[in-house]
Amino acid sequence: MSSETKQILTTDGIPLEVSLKKAERKNKIKAFLLVAPLLFFLIITYVFPIGDMLFRSVDDKMVTQMLPKTFKAMENWDGQELPEEEVFAAFHEDFIKLVEDKREGKLSTQLNYTKNGFKSIIKKLRRKSKSFEEGNYKEQIMSVHKRWADVEYWRAIQRRAPEFTGQKYLKGMDMYVNEEGKIVSVDEDRRIHRVLWLRTLEIAFFVTVFCFLMAYPIAHLLATLPMKYSNLLMICVLLPFWTSLLVRTASWMILLQQQGIVNDFFVGIGLVADDNRPEMMYNKTGSYVAMTQILLPFMVLPLYSVMKTISPSLMRAGKSLGGTPFVAFWKVYFPLTIPGIGAGCLLVFILAIGYYITPALVGGASGTLISNQIAFHMKSTLDWSFASAMGLMLLSGVLVIYWLYNKIVGIDNIKLG
Amino acid sequence: MALPKYTEPHYRIWHYIYLTICGAVFFFLIAPLFVIFPLSFNAEEFLSFSDGMKSLDPDAFSLRWYKDMIYGTKNPWGLAAKNSFIIAIFATIGSVILGTVAALGLSSRHMPYKGLIMAVLISPMIVPLIISGVAIFFFMAKAGLAATHTGIVLAHIILGTPFVVITVTATLSGFDHSVTRAAASLGSDPVNTFMKITLPLILPGVISGGLFAFVTSFDEVVVVLFLAGLENTTIPIQMWTGLREQLSPTILAVATCLIILSTLILVTAELLRRRSERLRGINQ
Repeated sequence: MSSETKQILTTDGIPLEVSLKKAERKNKIKAFLLVAPLLFFLIITYVFPIGDMLFRSVDDKMVTQMLPKTFKAMENWDGQELPEEEVFAAFHEDFIKLVEDKREGKLSTQLNYTKNGFKSIIKKLRRKSKSFEEGNYKEQIMSVHKRWADVEYWRAIQRRAPEFTGQKYLKGMDMYVNEEGKIVSVDEDRRIHRVLWLRTLEIAFFVTVFCFLMAYPIAHLLATLPMKYSNLLMICVLLPFWTSLLVRTASWMILLQQQGIVNDFFVGIGLVADDNRPEMMYNKTGSYVAMTQILLPFMVLPLYSVMKTISPSLMRAGKSLGGTPFVAFWKVYFPLTIPGIGAGCLLVFILAIGYYITPALVGGASGTLISNQIAFHMKSTLDWSFASAMGLMLLSGVLVIYWLYNKIVGIDNIKLG
Repeated sequence: MALPKYTEPHYRIWHYIYLTICGAVFFFLIAPLFVIFPLSFNAEEFLSFSDGMKSLDPDAFSLRWYKDMIYGTKNPWGLAAKNSFIIAIFATIGSVILGTVAALGLSSRHMPYKGLIMAVLISPMIVPLIISGVAIFFFMAKAGLAATHTGIVLAHIILGTPFVVITVTATLSGFDHSVTRAAASLGSDPVNTFMKITLPLILPGVISGGLFAFVTSFDEVVVVLFLAGLENTTIPIQMWTGLREQLSPTILAVATCLIILSTLILVTAELLRRRSERLRGINQ
């Protein structure tokens, strides 16, 4: 065939290929225009703000802007010996300006994060600086307090020069940059965040396991019962699913309290003594029990939708070929349900790892999770950059799981009830 | 599920164990909800069954907590309920419109970058609520919408749309596109086709997505905790405050009302789901 095969033309005389491409492009634009309003709405109100969190978590411009001249002067300082007069003079100039704006308190808080001991010496400097004479600032500042003559403190100031910092992330892992600029862990008894991360993982993992163990038999029952019975039982799964999270948490608070029904029952059957009722709420037990019940429907529904598609004749075939019911179940039925197991477990794990309300109400001090810590920093300490950093650490963990979910199940296969 | 007569004894035993386990799990799922009903009629101020209640003494029951919920002077439940309904209704309308239109685009086979866009649209459902809360708070604070109804409605639209997108795309997956082409060939313009042909057919999916969006908004507390001021208090916020400070039986009265509401929603959602499955020919 020659390369000059006659092109097929449309009635307008345009080559068919071009015309088709044009139509295709038009369709693409049409489809995209339909999605565009929601997509842009979400990008502006949701995706950008998450990016903003990233920015906030590493933003350290505050000190940079408070001491602009000092950091400029420090550029030629090697950090070995005490800095030259030039640096001291620049620092004095910056400091006087901060005192005028009444912002030296903020500086002392910020520098104290980097090295303990700045608070008092900055207060002293403010008082003494009023009577400073012009010239020879090095001598004058150093005479205020002996720490001002300590090169360690000047190095600490220099470490705050960059506009961006990863220290909030390190803090989230209970680590910090020490005087030599090395990353080290904080003392063993102060590692609160690592404990929280591990506890979050532990609770999410065990809640997932419990949910799986409880959901598997009932999903199987629902999938194998005749429609009219299974529809009725399905309500037991769907009613909690549609009921307010706070209502369900409230009912667990009633059940688990020390004078509550569960404890009454234990006393009634003689499992525990009346004067020795176990504490089942405001600790890990409370978090486990309530979270398992609340997340159980999210495990049952994907399992059920997979089991529903497995033909009962497969089990019969397995048995007729000589397998005992157990063998037939293990070799035939169970492998077919693995997609459902993957979907349910990942869904429950993702939800559990970011749980906030239930642990805050029934978890007490030993049952709270990383989310509670994020909320604490957002509302109480107002350290928003730290809250952002921890939020993003949690988010990156969830995204990894989300990615796995997509690989294993596919995002399009999420089913809701 | 009766066992065949020839079942061997030890399998028979195993079968009854299995049924018992299932019964226990169903009990674990549903029983906690039923504790709330009787206790909300408690005549006393305790959150456990009094001796009078155990012996079914009529004097031990009363409607005082329901009266307190409605007429109690210190109780902000009226304002909270009003706010909750207003916010949830507007959030549902917003989510349904944005979500349905986006789902129409997404189910077109010409849609470019489908996977990526779908991931972005569904992300508010996957990202832990606390992170969404922080991010949305930063946005609303910058936009000057913190502590306003508008801000909360927008936040709930963000959280509600993924549900609408998912349910409507699922409904559209069984949709026969030749009917819209037929309409077009008969001279109908796209908007008319959508209103007269497509929408009535996908309506069950749209409504059930809307129900999800409604419940999400009505039940949402994490994001609202960051955004709401005193004026924008909602039922979940009041419940949260009540549960943190002291568990009063009034909360149980509110909870009972919420359970009744969710039962109604469940029944509607189930009827719709069956209707849509019947229309799509999934049921045999």
